[in-house]
Amino acid sequence: MSAVLEVQGLSKAFGAIQALDDVSFDLQKGELLALIGPNGAGKSTCFNMLMGQLKMSSGTVKLNGKSLAGLKPRQIWRKGVGRTFQITGTYASMTVIENVQMALISHHRKIYSFLVRAHLMYRDAAMELLALVGMQDQSERHCAVLAYGDLKRLELAIALAHDPMLLLMDEPTAGMAPKERIALMELTAQIVERRGVSVLFTEHDMDVVFAHAHRVMVLNRGQLIANGSVEDIREDARVREVYLGGGTLFNHDGESANA
Amino acid sequence: MGFFIAQILTGLANASALFMVASGLSLIFGVTRIVNFAHGSFYMLGAYVGYSFMQVLPGAWGFWTSILLAGLVVGVIGIIVEMLVLRPVYKAPELFQLVATFGVILVIQDLALLVWGADDVLGPRAPGLKGIIRIMGEPVPKYDLALIALTPFVAFALWWLITKTRMGILVRAATQDREMVGALGVNQAWLFTGVFFLGCALAGLGGAVQLPKGGADLLMDFNILSAIFVVVVIGGMGSLPGAYVAAVLISVLNVFGVNYLPQSTLALMFVVMVVVLIFRPFGLFGREEVAGEHGQVGEPERPIKPAGQTARMIVLAGLGALAVLPLLGDSFTLVLLTDIAIFCLFAASLHFLLGLGGLVSFGHAAYFGGGAYAAALLVTYAGTPMELALILAPLAAGLTAIIFGWVCLRLTGVYFAMLTLAFAQLLWSLVFQWGDLTGGDDGLVDIWPSEWASGTTTFYYLAMVLCIGGIIMLRHTAHSPFGYALRAARDSQRQAEATGINTKHVQWVAFGFAGAMAGIAGGLFVFSKGSIFPNELEIARSFDALIVVFLGGVKTLAGGVVGGAALEGAKDYITRFEYWRLLLGLLIIFVVIVAPDGIAGTLRKWAESIGLMKREDQA
Repeated sequence: MSAVLEVQGLSKAFGAIQALDDVSFDLQKGELLALIGPNGAGKSTCFNMLMGQLKMSSGTVKLNGKSLAGLKPRQIWRKGVGRTFQITGTYASMTVIENVQMALISHHRKIYSFLVRAHLMYRDAAMELLALVGMQDQSERHCAVLAYGDLKRLELAIALAHDPMLLLMDEPTAGMAPKERIALMELTAQIVERRGVSVLFTEHDMDVVFAHAHRVMVLNRGQLIANGSVEDIREDARVREVYLGGGTLFNHDGESANA
Repeated sequence: MGFFIAQILTGLANASALFMVASGLSLIFGVTRIVNFAHGSFYMLGAYVGYSFMQVLPGAWGFWTSILLAGLVVGVIGIIVEMLVLRPVYKAPELFQLVATFGVILVIQDLALLVWGADDVLGPRAPGLKGIIRIMGEPVPKYDLALIALTPFVAFALWWLITKTRMGILVRAATQDREMVGALGVNQAWLFTGVFFLGCALAGLGGAVQLPKGGADLLMDFNILSAIFVVVVIGGMGSLPGAYVAAVLISVLNVFGVNYLPQSTLALMFVVMVVVLIFRPFGLFGREEVAGEHGQVGEPERPIKPAGQTARMIVLAGLGALAVLPLLGDSFTLVLLTDIAIFCLFAASLHFLLGLGGLVSFGHAAYFGGGAYAAALLVTYAGTPMELALILAPLAAGLTAIIFGWVCLRLTGVYFAMLTLAFAQLLWSLVFQWGDLTGGDDGLVDIWPSEWASGTTTFYYLAMVLCIGGIIMLRHTAHSPFGYALRAARDSQRQAEATGINTKHVQWVAFGFAGAMAGIAGGLFVFSKGSIFPNELEIARSFDALIVVFLGGVKTLAGGVVGGAALEGAKDYITRFEYWRLLLGLLIIFVVIVAPDGIAGTLRKWAESIGLMKREDQA
């Protein structure tokens, strides 16, 4: 197996605060990798740097061997990285299918076309994507009236529009009912299997993580403290300490228990 | 050397009033997040009210008391405006608030006309400070020195109020996070009212204090508006030291400009602003706006659909009627309809930016007037035939829009609105001051269509073809991928960027395109009137278009055209009244508060409620 994503020595400092400290990992093709950790561990910082929203202080990020350093989010997207957000960002004034069509239009570099009608473009491809996430029956609905879980599924369809090799999902199940969470992650796992796409996702719900992830990485205070299979992580003493107590999260003497 | 110092002193003296007015605007914005476009009107009121008091109160004591009273009275008027007009729209989108304050401008303009008459008022000289003092041989008015001495006291009083009092603490807290302040149990409504009082009182003080230098007239509200916008943009919104530094910078620069570059004094301050913005997008002392604070508020826009069968039939019937009209109508009707068509295209081009792109441009007249002046200049100096001039007009306007847009799009929201307005004023001031080329206030005349198109009927057909063609093109673009990308950038810039759309670039192209369309309207306007004057570039012109779009309905695709036709038609009737501005201003305020969907939007909702149109699904 070849690594789709290689991350080496990724670091980010906000002033004196080391939000992310020398994090290295890689992601194989077709792998569903979870990034977990308590609040403030550096998950979002890590994500935002991978997607180009945040400049890294040091380190390298390579997609299929090519560096992503200095690229803007839209350029990284063009290289084949899709993303879903913790808080959904769909186009509220459009219908469900138009949301997907917009991503397809962008993918086919047809944004600056003036003579064609957008709502007729790539309809079949958009319907296929909607069918993939189970939204085909709602294709003509106004996006602004959708339920939150449906918005999440729509966002997933948008993220798959340019057939990405890598999908970054920031807390994909945040704000969803337990039943919806399981459904969405099952869907994601299916897509990984069918399309051979690699997924890196952050998650708070351990049930979701342990049920679906192929591998789990644990961040705490900006450092990667564990990286292994679901079983390994379950047994890892340091992870237990972080999640189940031991006081390391809340000590006030400024020393990191993991340093 | 003496000359140099005298110039600087004059600049510092001019900065005094500018600082007071600008700091008032800055304070109001910092706390309420409303850009008070009527701030210039409060400044004007301050001057008039101060003048009236000075007529009754004698001596030096009366003079300074009058100034204080002017501030107080204007502050109280500010309270009334805040409670009646702004309170209902605090939760509405930015545009509503801006349009509401514009309604206030119109109302105050006519009220001032009603009370003080149309003639300029000469400000009384300050008793005891009438003479001059010679500094190194150069004459400096004593009153200038008094103003220079006064400013630190005002600044100090403000500083004390902001840093040492309970109200100041609340104001600062609200500037940083007004939701939190509300959550902590502070009565926001009264905090806003208090700040509005303070800000308006400062504007009133500024107006009254400059009386001995500038007097009072009915144009001073718009005249100071662009200057205070430039000052707060350069200084940084919400920053008092910034307002002072920028006011001094602009005033001193202006004084030197008068001596060394008399043709471009007005343009100079815009150049400085552009330079500052390129290096510090949020002004010298401003902080970056926290993203998300100005997200879309209110009901989300609905998906757009191509026109249905019925709508198409109605439009076709309308076009047919317009086509056969010359056979029936008189030439007056044809001229009126030509005017309406030109205005509709102008409004539709703004609607494209505003409705689809969410880009609230407050200076769209720059491209309408720009196209008009381009055509007029070409005819006057190069003997260009009409046909070529009508092609070059939109190109010139589009190019202007591309240049201005490049700077304006560096900022968003209210900053963007203020910048577009400032740039329109820049163009206006260039045209106004460069009399040798543009004829200045006398305008350019004798610009008539080519021989074949000079008949009223032929020109009517020409205008209809170009205007309706332009409107159809705008509408078609709305349905094209580009129009969708523009809406995507408005709905969720983050998502658009994360799916490969260069949102700034899309908006830039849209800005240029809308500018070019306004340029066509401008070009036609010149040939229909035979002349062009700087007032086609004025703020009032930009606001005309804005109000039309607003009245027509921002969130409805046909809004621009419907509003344009309704208003331009109504204007013919309404301007026969002496106080039509008052009427229009009240109408605008009424629409903002009661029917925020505009004419087209309200009609659609009405049609849905009685079952004429299909309602959208509600989940």
